[in-house]
Amino acid sequence: MTLRTALFLAITVLANTGGEISVTRAMKDIGEVKDFRVAALLTVFKRAFWSGWMWLAIGLLAVGFFSLLALLSWADVSFVIPATASTYVVGGLGAKFLLGEQLSPARWAGIALVSVGVALVCAG
Amino acid sequence: MNLSLRPKTSIFLVLIVLFSSSGNIFLSQGMKQMGAVRVRSAMDLARLFVEIFSNGWIWMGIAALLLFLACFMVVLSWADYSFVAPASASVYIIVPLVGHFLLGEKVPPLHWVGIMIICVGVGLVRHTPPNTTREE
Repeated sequence: MTLRTALFLAITVLANTGGEISVTRAMKDIGEVKDFRVAALLTVFKRAFWSGWMWLAIGLLAVGFFSLLALLSWADVSFVIPATASTYVVGGLGAKFLLGEQLSPARWAGIALVSVGVALVCAG
Repeated sequence: MNLSLRPKTSIFLVLIVLFSSSGNIFLSQGMKQMGAVRVRSAMDLARLFVEIFSNGWIWMGIAALLLFLACFMVVLSWADYSFVAPASASVYIIVPLVGHFLLGEKVPPLHWVGIMIICVGVGLVRHTPPNTTREE
């Protein structure tokens, strides 16, 4: 793996995870959705798109998407896509340190297994 | 309608997996109808663009993925990210299964091993409380 590949892989994983964590922040600020009528849900989405976190999320997810496209233009797909399965583990760390979620050993074990499984399913 | 946390999380996880798997399958069907993409000029690119957006499968894929995003946002309004993200990985179980049984795609043995490992992982995560950041 070249330094360039490692760098873009890190950007892809961190930007995607950061984007999803920002979506979580935006939605946690809005609070638990309890009314599932269409009009109420539309109000929720409108509020979400007024949140700075949501726009940070869109920016980060766009960076992640284009960095993945760039990566795929030179790196081997059978290496790149399975490697992005590490997003689940990075996401676990982000959830713990940035969102204050409490990850029990069972949840960590599940996250680790999901990462390994997804890497295998995506491997060439 | 006021559902308690676990059942409504389960309902939304089913919707997330349903919409994101069907979205990917629809997009893949749409792109396969177009055959291998070869872009040599700006004209090719414009033609490809028109062809993509006049394909019904592609629009169904886009609609499904938008519904996926909406469900993903709603469930994160109460559930942990570290619960939702790994639990949604069931997509990686559904897509190969549909590919195998409905679309006649071949699933290599190593993928079956991966699918089983994901099932165990998702099962473990699903046994943890969906929300750990506030009192219920």
